[in-house]
Amino acid sequence: MSTRKTLVVAGHGMVGHRFVQAAIERGLTERYDVIVYGEEPREAYDRVALTSYYEVGADALSFLPGGQYEDPRAKVVLNTQVTAIDRDAKTVALSDGTTQAYDVLVLATGAAPFVPPVPGKDLQNVFVYRTIEDLQAIEEAAKTAKAGVVIGGGLLGLEAANALHQLEVETHVVELAPRLMAVQVDDAGGATLKRHIERLGLTVHTGVMTEYIEGYTDAELVDEDAEGNTDGKVSGLKFKDNDEVLPVDIVIFSAGIRPRDQLARDCGLEVAERGGILVSPNMQTSDESIYAIGECAAPGGRMYGLVAPGYSMAEVAADHLLGGAGEFLGADMSTKLKLMGVDVASFGDAFATTEGSLELVYSDAVAGIYKKLVISEDCTQLLGGILVGDASSYGILRPMVSSGMALPENPEDLILPASRGTAQIGMPDEAQVCSCMNVTKGEICKAIHDEELTDVPAIKQCTKAGTVCGSCTNILKNLLTEEMEKAGKAVSKAICEHFDHSRQELFDLIKIGKLASFDAVVAAHGTGRGCDICKPAIASILASQFNGHVLDKKTVGSLQDTNDAYLANLQKNGTYSVVPRIPGGEITPEKLIVIGEVARDFGLYTKITGGQRIDMFGARVEQLPDIWKRLVEAGFESGHAYGKSLRTVKSCVGSEWCRYGVQESVAMAIELELRYRGLRSPHKLKGGVSGCARECAEARGKDFGVIATEKGWNLYVGGNGGAIPAHAQLLASDVDSATLMKYLDRFLMYYIRTADRLQRTSTWMDSLDGGIVRVKEIVVDDALGLGAELEAEMAQHIDSYFDEWKATLEDPEKLARFVSFINAPGTPDPNISFTEDRGQIRPVNFDEPVSLGSSIPVGAPQ
Amino acid sequence: MTSTTTVSGGFIPVCRLDQLEVERGATALVHGQAVAVFRTYDDQVFALGNYDPFSKSSVIARGIVGTRGETPFVASPVYKQAFDLRTGACLDDEGVSIPSYEVKVEDGVVLVGPRLKHPKRG
Repeated sequence: MSTRKTLVVAGHGMVGHRFVQAAIERGLTERYDVIVYGEEPREAYDRVALTSYYEVGADALSFLPGGQYEDPRAKVVLNTQVTAIDRDAKTVALSDGTTQAYDVLVLATGAAPFVPPVPGKDLQNVFVYRTIEDLQAIEEAAKTAKAGVVIGGGLLGLEAANALHQLEVETHVVELAPRLMAVQVDDAGGATLKRHIERLGLTVHTGVMTEYIEGYTDAELVDEDAEGNTDGKVSGLKFKDNDEVLPVDIVIFSAGIRPRDQLARDCGLEVAERGGILVSPNMQTSDESIYAIGECAAPGGRMYGLVAPGYSMAEVAADHLLGGAGEFLGADMSTKLKLMGVDVASFGDAFATTEGSLELVYSDAVAGIYKKLVISEDCTQLLGGILVGDASSYGILRPMVSSGMALPENPEDLILPASRGTAQIGMPDEAQVCSCMNVTKGEICKAIHDEELTDVPAIKQCTKAGTVCGSCTNILKNLLTEEMEKAGKAVSKAICEHFDHSRQELFDLIKIGKLASFDAVVAAHGTGRGCDICKPAIASILASQFNGHVLDKKTVGSLQDTNDAYLANLQKNGTYSVVPRIPGGEITPEKLIVIGEVARDFGLYTKITGGQRIDMFGARVEQLPDIWKRLVEAGFESGHAYGKSLRTVKSCVGSEWCRYGVQESVAMAIELELRYRGLRSPHKLKGGVSGCARECAEARGKDFGVIATEKGWNLYVGGNGGAIPAHAQLLASDVDSATLMKYLDRFLMYYIRTADRLQRTSTWMDSLDGGIVRVKEIVVDDALGLGAELEAEMAQHIDSYFDEWKATLEDPEKLARFVSFINAPGTPDPNISFTEDRGQIRPVNFDEPVSLGSSIPVGAPQ
Repeated sequence: MTSTTTVSGGFIPVCRLDQLEVERGATALVHGQAVAVFRTYDDQVFALGNYDPFSKSSVIARGIVGTRGETPFVASPVYKQAFDLRTGACLDDEGVSIPSYEVKVEDGVVLVGPRLKHPKRG
């Protein structure tokens, strides 16, 4: 009998997803099989960034692009809704007619948009704004629409208005309250915001009430469905106390949300007076085997419509199921966002409800900036504030509220333009820096200190701070600098003791000075004779710029790390492995036979690599030229498996064979691999090409991934596997092959120019201010005007490519290195020995150096 | 032409100086042992045992040669520990050292001699 229990999660939105993630990370899946039901046709996605769907597509918003978690004990079932709960039987009924037993049930059903009972709300082209499907429907309707209106001028309403505006529909916003974003900002802040929005060409109507929505009655415009219903399309909006009708073709309701607590009500769980499932501080409902988290839950009778508190609830529930003592005790409802390019932030007691509190206001109507601080009666504490138009000081102000730290002497400095104070004000350790993940300054500083972190991506990785909304990234940067300075460590960009420069600076210095050798570089910019850090880095830069032979004595021959130095990969017993290039993983039977014969004749261990080629292990250094002679004769060339350079472009079989493929992915992979072969870079580079959205080539796990679409190719960049896996992000959609290569040329060259040593594309992108957005500006929009230059550099690389192994075999001077002993070239090194496992060789290491004895004859120098 | 070559004073000729690449090593066979011979930028020659105690493999000659401050060193190609070319002392792990040998260059020929004795560090 299995002792494993079943944990059912109802709802795969942001909070449900976070709960499953926490369950996996914290080991809940050791005891429970987790099944999560999502009613939407897609897995959890970033609803906060919903509006960017039009720009980046659904894939980029997904939190779980593969559709399933890596832990097989957590299963996602989509298109399936939990329709009822039987608490006695401990089962849930599902929309597909089946039932599922549970030991523990977690309700994460979220909230539904509230649609007020306005006449005409069931007309066609009346929408809400909650799911990707809603956005798709709006996009479709916008194709024929001239004007649209959003009912509700809150945070989400303005997001929806922004979306309509982007779809090039004349956009109106209608708000019942006398100002926009009534929950977050005051009248003056709302007025500032309104001016910003109207300047963009939208029309804002505040303090007006919608009476009804008018529909067309003209027969031509009536859509008849099979049942003969004649729901007309929207034609206009009628306000109360105003005779004119606003002509619109689209109406979007964004008048708040209501918790989806019907499941709980139906099975008799306690619910809050104003809706939401009542839960204890550890997120249990009135039935202790049922938890509720996120917008459907009401801890202490209050519902939270933000994602950060929902995430906290998910963590608390997972913690409680593991026997932990975590409790949810309310949340910071501070908000900071950018709406149509306008910063808006609201935090703490924004409306000065504290008795005796004072307000400090800075307003610049010309620049569209409004800032208000609420401070305590005795002027010692910051209680809250509102920022519109410039929220750059939010990162420093909000923690001042939550930590209760003393105000500086001139608090107005905090909101005056170009305030000098902001970065220097010391926060106490308890100050919360990342509100999404609840990480304090103390925790971050401790991590920087204990884990010896030296960059912001490492802090994010280690503490999870800045990984949700990213708004605290600048504080992380400041804290890092502060901590490093405290420790007496300048945040040095120097790559090692020999050069006071970062890799990027060296790249530029070498380019400008046309420095073609290590000697020239060290003479001009360095000291000493280099080391194992700077020498390979400079070798890589010289290779990227001049593309000479890596064993060329005059320039880079002595700089190479042992893999590049012997054009093979050093393994643990001092032997090497050999990887010929197999572009795109496509290989003829004849060539396969050659590899088999070479491996057999030289007694090598063979293994298929993850990059769709074949690795031959156990070659002694003196065997390498003979092995490569055979391989080159058979038409192989170096696979550069030993270099910080392009490795492989993996592919699926594509439309030539596959029933589902829409483009020829193999041909594209081969073309890309041959285009970029031999390209030296700050770290290894891998690519992938998939012939359809099924993504069998796992292209999004690569530095550059290409996925075929019906219309062309989607290009993703910045992915990798390894210790810190990252999914590549969308750079361009539906481009043709020529554009694809143009963008890739630019992307790769810009990376090579500006990345740090051993920095892969993902961390490099993280380090750029703006990340993928910045990369897009540079690569796609050519914002720096570098496009042609980067393309020319790549063209030069492509033109000057040659096979390193073939060139080595033709040059006796380069071959001289490949001997076991300089005075006994024919004697194999006795330190190398093998045993056998599963029919192949395996290295044996010795605890002492092995002696051949003094009787072995050695050659005298000639 | 091969022969068992020993020269007075225990020095064994291993190669010509110009066979050694600047700032790289070569492996020589000396009394049946693998010895790593290095030529630095200023044409000094050093010899260390080729066996790397960290990776338990015979690879020291294939490391990168450079300087730390004034100290010439080679970094093991496997796990990158640095060894002082003059003494064989590991610069990254105080308790560890590898053998170092006397070397001289006569008439353009590099000769490797007996193992050097070093006073304990500290």
